Amino acid sequence: MKQFKYIITDEVGIHARPAGVLVKEAKNYASKVTIEANGKTAEATKLLAIMTLGVKKDTEIVVTVDGEDEEVAASKLEQFFKENL
Amino acid sequence: MEQFYGKSASNGIAIGRILVYAKDEQQVKRTRIEDVSGEITRYQLAKDCAIEQLKELYEVACKEVGEVNAGIFEVHQMMLEDEDYTDSVLNIIETQKLNAEYAVAKTGDTLSETFAAMDDDYFRARAIDVKDISERVINCLSGKKDTDIEGDEPVIIVANDLAPSETVQMNKDKLKGFVTELGSANSHTAILARTMNIPALIHVKMDASWNGKLSIIDGDKGVLILDPTDEVRKEYEAKYVAQKEKEELLKELKGKENKTQSGREIKLYANIGSVEDLGSVLQNDAGGIGLFRSEFLYLEKDTYPTEEEQFAAYKQALLSMAGKKVIIRTLDIGADKMASYFELEHEENPAMGYRAIRICLERVDVFKTQLRALYRASAYGNLSIMYPMIISVEEVRKIKAIVEEVKRELEEEGVTYGEVEQGIMIETPAAAMISDLLAKEVDFFSIGTNDLTQYTLAIDRQNSNLDAFYNPHHEAVLRMIQMVINNGHKEGIWVGICGELGADVSLTSRFIEMGIDELSVSPTSVLSVRKAIRETK
Repeated sequence: MKQFKYIITDEVGIHARPAGVLVKEAKNYASKVTIEANGKTAEATKLLAIMTLGVKKDTEIVVTVDGEDEEVAASKLEQFFKENL
Repeated sequence: MEQFYGKSASNGIAIGRILVYAKDEQQVKRTRIEDVSGEITRYQLAKDCAIEQLKELYEVACKEVGEVNAGIFEVHQMMLEDEDYTDSVLNIIETQKLNAEYAVAKTGDTLSETFAAMDDDYFRARAIDVKDISERVINCLSGKKDTDIEGDEPVIIVANDLAPSETVQMNKDKLKGFVTELGSANSHTAILARTMNIPALIHVKMDASWNGKLSIIDGDKGVLILDPTDEVRKEYEAKYVAQKEKEELLKELKGKENKTQSGREIKLYANIGSVEDLGSVLQNDAGGIGLFRSEFLYLEKDTYPTEEEQFAAYKQALLSMAGKKVIIRTLDIGADKMASYFELEHEENPAMGYRAIRICLERVDVFKTQLRALYRASAYGNLSIMYPMIISVEEVRKIKAIVEEVKRELEEEGVTYGEVEQGIMIETPAAAMISDLLAKEVDFFSIGTNDLTQYTLAIDRQNSNLDAFYNPHHEAVLRMIQMVINNGHKEGIWVGICGELGADVSLTSRFIEMGIDELSVSPTSVLSVRKAIRETK
């Protein structure tokens, strides 16, 4: 299991479009990806669940990646957050 | 005549008759079903049909409002394909043995209530997206077609609320503007309206009796005028004509090259003062940002902005411009543009006082914080940095030494940064006179004509008693510009103008003749300058 923390810098937070891209990205991996924020957890492949986390700017999220490709998935996802959110 | 104040969701003027758009509320019946697997098939077919429609809508929206804004229809598709959504619908059909229409409506309502209860405007506004997709599936189930505007005369639509798909689907030739009672400036409908240049108001309490009445939307003031008097109508008709002329120019020139008739290409960028102006840079089709004044970060705060705050703003600008050039000018603050926490002394003559680079070179920690934020952001796009109020080669060398220090620190911390061009503003006669020496030190020059003119002519532009003496086309200034261009080119660096003179179209062809490489003007002047460039031989 791999885990990393990230603080959202995007002005609107995890809004619809990047959430959509995130879902697509997460679906590329065999590992189960979960996002924890504001005391709630959502699977990264579920768009509506991610959006209802209501992640705003400056919120810290914890991303957990668990599965056979967790190494690659975690580093790619970390990069994804830095670039998009 | 009556006036109703709301909130502007999209600027501009629209004049036309009102069409009250009453959505036929989906009266979804709750019926028991026997054939569960048949009902599930019905749902799946309807879902496929809805996704098909959304794909088409995406295509249409791409053409009308661009890929980024059309993205919402891709998101709608993904919402429909979302596991939780599907599970909820199937669960209602299977366990409660209820019809697909009801299952979809119920799922949509529950989800939209979840969004509506969230504590952030943006997420609250998503409630309508969930409703919209559910209605689409229900329409597919009942074989109902999408709604469109009837009749031939273009109208102003007044509605309780509009879904993004409804906005895109409406025939634009017949839609002059819209007014809704609900909605938010963050809704995708509002964003689409802005991108399509359709004036729009929200939060106007509507009345069905308005149907057919002549009305005016003033999207700049956020007001709906019903049954205007002849005088008011004439006034707005004139405004409308001016607006149309500008739009025509936009249509004609958008996407065109900034090339003279003999084929010389001039870089045409925009000047902005905050992240909020980024939209209008893209809307007016500027090739990049030629002057991003970083003062807003300092002036809107009660204390020094942190490195993180600055980094976030610069990164956002670079990402929005997606690889196009973004030239950020370091802090240009002084006794006239003052943030109290800087604790600057009152000065008799602030224009010639303790300001801009002079403060940065003395308060190196403030300068370094900004440079660190800039360099960190440089990994996200095409950044150049420009320094204001330079008068000597020594200043430039000091700046470069501090920049090297910042780069070294970042490297030690393992932070990556991109290639960053370093340039200076030429806005003092001193800098113009030694531009041959300065050109050896930097990657580009940007001539700040406002200050250069004021210092060269010794005329304070704030003093209206001097208007008669003030000549923005003074030969002294033009000669200095010529000198700076020549000196820059001798060292192989590019030279631009980012002051007001850059937008003066009566000078455009002269600047080109002088050899200017770049013009940076306010976003709203970009297209008129492009026109002037294209008319130059």
